[in-house]
Order: sequence, then C-alpha cells, then structure tokens
Amino acid sequence: MSGRLSLGQAFVFLLRRDLLLALRNRAEYAMPLLFFVLVITMFPLALGALPELLQRIAPGIIWVAALLAAMLSLDSIFRSDFDDGSLEQILLSAHPVAVLVLAKVCAHWLVTGLPLLLVAPLLAEMLGMSSQAQPILLLTILIGTPILSLIGAIGVALTVGLRKGGIILSLLVLPLYVPVLIFAASAIENAAMGFDVSAQIYMMLAFLLLSISLSPWATAAALRMSAS
Amino acid sequence: MSTKTLLEARDLGCNRNDRQLFEHLEFSLEVGEMLVVEGPNGCGKTSLLRILTGLRLADSGEILWRGEPIDRLAGDYYEQVNYVGHHDGVKRELSCLENLRLARAMGIPSKADLDDVLERVNLYAYGESEVASLSAGQKRRLALARLLATDSLLWILDEPFTSLDKASMDLFAGLFEQHLQRDGVIVVTSHHDITLPTREVKRLNLGQAA
Repeated sequence: MSGRLSLGQAFVFLLRRDLLLALRNRAEYAMPLLFFVLVITMFPLALGALPELLQRIAPGIIWVAALLAAMLSLDSIFRSDFDDGSLEQILLSAHPVAVLVLAKVCAHWLVTGLPLLLVAPLLAEMLGMSSQAQPILLLTILIGTPILSLIGAIGVALTVGLRKGGIILSLLVLPLYVPVLIFAASAIENAAMGFDVSAQIYMMLAFLLLSISLSPWATAAALRMSAS
Repeated sequence: MSTKTLLEARDLGCNRNDRQLFEHLEFSLEVGEMLVVEGPNGCGKTSLLRILTGLRLADSGEILWRGEPIDRLAGDYYEQVNYVGHHDGVKRELSCLENLRLARAMGIPSKADLDDVLERVNLYAYGESEVASLSAGQKRRLALARLLATDSLLWILDEPFTSLDKASMDLFAGLFEQHLQRDGVIVVTSHHDITLPTREVKRLNLGQAA
C-alpha cells in the first residue's frame, strides 16, 4: 500500500487535470467571461449618456453580471464528469470525496472567477466608477467569486442528474447568492462615498470561510445522491 | 462464514420506480472466485452492481467486505474496488496515459509500468493519443486497463465486453483469470458467455431469483 498518493498530492493532481481540461476546451470556458463583458457593455448603450446614473449603479451592474456569468459556468464543474462516468470514479476514489470536490471547485474558480478580476478594472473605468471605489471592487470580486463557485457547486451537484437541470439550478442558487451581492455592492458604494468598508469586507470573508468549510461536504453528499 | 470470504451479500433487495427488481438475494465470494450475474434486460443487473460498489444504496439488506458492512468502511472499501460501468469513465480530451495516471492518483497505484499496461491491452501505440480519436472498442480497452493500473482486490464490471472484438474478449478473459490467481474476486455482468480457460465461475440468475 506504499504507492498511494497523499491527500495533498491527489488534490493537486485533480486540480491540474481540471486546468488541463479547461485549457483544451478554451472556447467553452471563455464564454462566461465574454458574457460578463457583453452584459456590462449593454448598460451604457441602453441607458444613454448619463454618466452620473452609470456611476451610481456601476457596483450593482458589475456584481449582477458576475452572478449571471458564474451561473452560466457552474454546470461545467460536474457535467462532463457526470456524462462520461468520471464522476463515478471520483466517488469511488480511495480519498475523501469532499477534498476532491474542493480541488474541482478551485479549478473552476481559477478558470472562471479569476478572469473576472482581470477585466473588472476596464469595465469599472468604462462605467465611470470613481478611483477610490475601484480597489474595493476588485477586493469584493476576489473574495466573492470563490463563494459563488463553492455555493454553486452544491446546486450543480444536486441537479446534475436531472435532464433539464439548468433552470432549477438558477432558482436554487441565485437566492443563496443574495448575501454576497448585498455586502459586495454596499462595500463598493461606501468606498465611493469615502466611508469605511471593513465591516462589509469582514462579513464577506466570514462567508468565504464558512463556504470553504461546509460546501465541499454538502457537495460530496449531493453528488452521491445524483450518482445513485 | 469462512475466513476466506471477501464479499458477502445478505438479504439484499432493490426497488426501482415502485417495481421490485430483486429481494432476499444472498451470495458470498471467496478469494479467487468470480461471480457472473445473468438475466434479461431490466432485471436489475446494473443496479446490483452499483449497490455492490456503494454508489447506490440497497433498499434492504447489507453488503459485507471481510465481515464489515461497506458503508462503515467507506474509503477503506473503495480503495479495494475497481468499477468499470456502462460509461468508460475516461476523459475524451486527455491522452491514454494521462487517463491512466489519473486513475492511479485516485486509487492505489499498481507496480506495473503504464507503458506495459497499455501494451497488455494492445494500446501501446496510442499512449499519447487523445481518447477522442480512439474507437469505441479501444476506449473500452482503455477503461479496462484501469484494472491493471491500480491495485484492488475486487473488480466490478458491468458489461465489460461491449464493443470488444473476439480477440480482445479472450485477452481480458485471460487477465480475469490472472486476477483470480492473485487472490482477487470479480463480479461481472455480461450478455456474452463468459468462460475462463481453467476455472469454474459462480453464476447468479437474477431473472429466476425474482
């Protein structure tokens, strides 16, 4: 029994496998990012030349677009593994499934959440967001998007066995995203007005820690149900 | 129960959509034994196999591995199980070698070199090829190659010979026999007649049991 990988090695191995798969399916994973950019560019076009209005609603626009982009990409966490039987192999692995799930969610965040962080400054500039609010926008995206992936994974795990799980997934997951949305938008708004934002940031960090510690277990249990 | 008994099913029952597939099913497998599950379509062969892997819960009864219920063993049981189901469980976008490396990372790696493993299932030339470019039979052989890439005592195989040609079927029948000689156990369903060159196999007909 000497050859068995340690849990950490198995985690890294699965993470690398998912990143490799994402690299080989680049087009598919670029969609949510393009969607994020497109949705946000629609607002200036629809609302016309009203810089004050845009600046006022920019935090909300960016965060709602981020939620929708996350929703679009969620299904890819487990869908292909479910369809080709790889999920059964993961569930029957010698390692704890919750840890393997966390590896998959990490990979999902790296390919779908992190890119949002990279394009957000451009979009914030386009919407005329003030320079003191922009760092806080990036901070909320950095803390918030992993929460979206972690909570979303539970929803995907529950619905991946259904033939038309897409709409149920959004009905299930979007309400759970509300706290993140509220605190993120409020943090950016406060920053724009020059107020302290540490309360909101601490709340978001608390959400993040809570979802890192609980969501993998819930996801693993839901996957077992979907696979049976 | 003899000390050589590895896998034992006690009073197993399974319902599906309010229809009873089987009940009071009992069998046990000792070291080096193979069980062939037979029966017509829809009689619950796949359900039985998934219950044996622990992927599906039995509606009644329990499964024991070396005398311990498998739901209590969890990971200690899974590392002894190698399951090849209806789906091959291989990633289209990865090469054959990458797929086998993943299988090893998830279980207990065997001592065999991966190139040797591919050679034994006649896929040596395809080591670096993407699985998407392989034929259905070649994919099936790659799925079955997982059995050799990892070290596990219990092989649970659902229609392993789907899309395999006669030569490959004989090849795997030979590999099954080697596994039994190394004190493993196998549970298999197949519509093809499985006979091993030198060993008797146990047979369980679900159609009659129900």
